[in-house]
Amino acid sequence: MTDDDARPAGDDPHPAIELRGVSKTFGEGARAVRAVDDVSLTVRRGEIFGVIGYSGAGKSTLVRLINALETATGGDVVIDGQTVTGLPERRLRDVRSRIGMVFQQFNLLSSRTVAGNVGYPLRVARWKRADRERRVAELLDFVGLADKAKAYPGQLSGGQKQRVGIARALAASPTILLADEATSALDPETTREVLALLRRVNAELGITIVVITHEMDVVRSTCHRVAVMEHGKVVEVGDVYDVFSAPRADASRRFVGTALHDRPSPDALARLRERHPGRLVTVGVREGASTGTELFRLLREHEVDGAVVFGGISEVGDRPFGSLTVELVGRADRVALFLAELGRHADVVDLGTAAHPLDDPRTLLGGRS
Amino acid sequence: MNRDWSTLWPILWESFGQTLQMVTVALLTGGLAGLALGLALYVTRPGNLLANRWVFGTLNVLVNIVRPIPFIIFVTLLGPVTLQVVGTTLGTEAFIFPLSVMTAFGTSRIVEQNLVGIDPGVVEAARAMGASPWRIITTVLVPEALAPLILGYTFLFIAVLDMSAIAGIIGGGGLGNFAIVYGYQRYNWAVVAVTVVVIIAIVQLAQLLGNRLARRALHR
Ligand SMILES: Nc1ncnc2c1ncn2[C@@H]1O[C@H](COP(=O)(O)OP(=O)(O)OP(=O)(O)O)[C@@H](O)[C@H]1O
Ligand SMILES: [Mg+2]
Repeated sequence: MTDDDARPAGDDPHPAIELRGVSKTFGEGARAVRAVDDVSLTVRRGEIFGVIGYSGAGKSTLVRLINALETATGGDVVIDGQTVTGLPERRLRDVRSRIGMVFQQFNLLSSRTVAGNVGYPLRVARWKRADRERRVAELLDFVGLADKAKAYPGQLSGGQKQRVGIARALAASPTILLADEATSALDPETTREVLALLRRVNAELGITIVVITHEMDVVRSTCHRVAVMEHGKVVEVGDVYDVFSAPRADASRRFVGTALHDRPSPDALARLRERHPGRLVTVGVREGASTGTELFRLLREHEVDGAVVFGGISEVGDRPFGSLTVELVGRADRVALFLAELGRHADVVDLGTAAHPLDDPRTLLGGRS
Repeated sequence: MNRDWSTLWPILWESFGQTLQMVTVALLTGGLAGLALGLALYVTRPGNLLANRWVFGTLNVLVNIVRPIPFIIFVTLLGPVTLQVVGTTLGTEAFIFPLSVMTAFGTSRIVEQNLVGIDPGVVEAARAMGASPWRIITTVLVPEALAPLILGYTFLFIAVLDMSAIAGIIGGGGLGNFAIVYGYQRYNWAVVAVTVVVIIAIVQLAQLLGNRLARRALHR
């Protein structure tokens, strides 16, 4: 990763988005709902920032506070160095036009063609017709829908609709793109396509993206940093890789568990023990820290037999991440030496043997999904 | 004294023209005013674009008070106002005024009902793009509801045609008056039948046209 990512968030005097103690309460008195509760966040320029949480956690309210569709009842929202809380409605419209938004249900105008939809924000911004047509053609090309310019939304598939939604959100050249559950209405294959398009928007156009989701897989494949929300509060913020490898909040752990299936669940572990009565250990695979190669080199060196019985290694961001559960067979002293050495290079969780089982601490902490 | 058809045809023709005049003027003025009133009811509704409990409440009560008044009574109730606006309380012109006012109130509810069906998501999207409320009304709300609105106005056309039949009570003309004066009151059932056939033909034509236009407005 670049130096930029390693810098503390406060370094950039004008981060893309800054929330300072932002709250939003709906309703009054006994029926008041605190949808967003004292949230402070910094979204850096040029990053893909994920916000994950269960239904009702306040994610949509949070994004709608960012583009001022909702006004905060407390705290400050700062966009590109400009404080937007308290601005009059007319000024807020300017702010909104500089932030693109993509929706779960696409929200395309059914009465306009694809080109008409993509050109709509340009009409709002009073672009001249010729400029508008040029820009629309350019955007439809970018999202790969040049041949659908004259089609109506009703004639498109979900994936195509969302690509129109993204083209429309990009039309007025925003610096920030907000995607609220942009892939939740799509099948897995189409989801991958749309996420790939969002990554391209970020990489090629340098646009800061905030991705709202309840799927950790979206965060894993697409985001650089992530905030985990629960009951209106942000319970954890960090580099996606760090949150995956060492989630601190309970909610984060549950979400990580839903995206990674490399650790055996308690039930699976019980079945494993029936089939493999020997010593079971789980070895974490991380970028740099330890790799599969190292595990097998040490096995050879210490003349211990190892059989992989469970596990999985995938990518978080673009870095390898996962674990392997291995049954060790060999002389007790050699196994002990092997484990001591392996422990210096990698995260090792000793699960014991069928006769003397040890619990997986992470599973106990709620890694189950 | 029953006149024969050679004298009746020109009167029928004239009555047809009067009906067309009444319906057209009422739909143009009342229909437009009703569109504005319906849009106002929709956007000021709690939770909507320009939510305003007082404006919505006032308009809502006003519409609810006027709409249930039987039209024949409404025409006489509005007499003093008609005198101020039109200068007389008698004749086809004087009838067009209350007809237009009642059309406006009727239209407002039909417009409001059709707008309620709009996906709030598209309004949200337009807001997110920085569109002003006025722009959203003209470029999102009306175009998105166009197909049902066309069908709504077709329905209204027929309702106004129906209302126009009682123009005779204040000395107005039209097909309804023709059927009553030259048919019913003179026991000439052929005149009633012919008039009804003409009215049915107009209604069929309007419905056909409305359906066609609505289908074209529906891009599916
Ligand atoms: N306009 C509103 N009026 C009243 N309550 C609201 C409003 N909008 C949201 N809420 C409440 O605020 C809380 C957070 O809602 P929000 O839509 O932000 O959640 P979310 O995390 O986006 O959930 P989901 O994953 O289901 O979309 C919920 O309890 C919701 O009922
Ligand atoms: Mg939501």
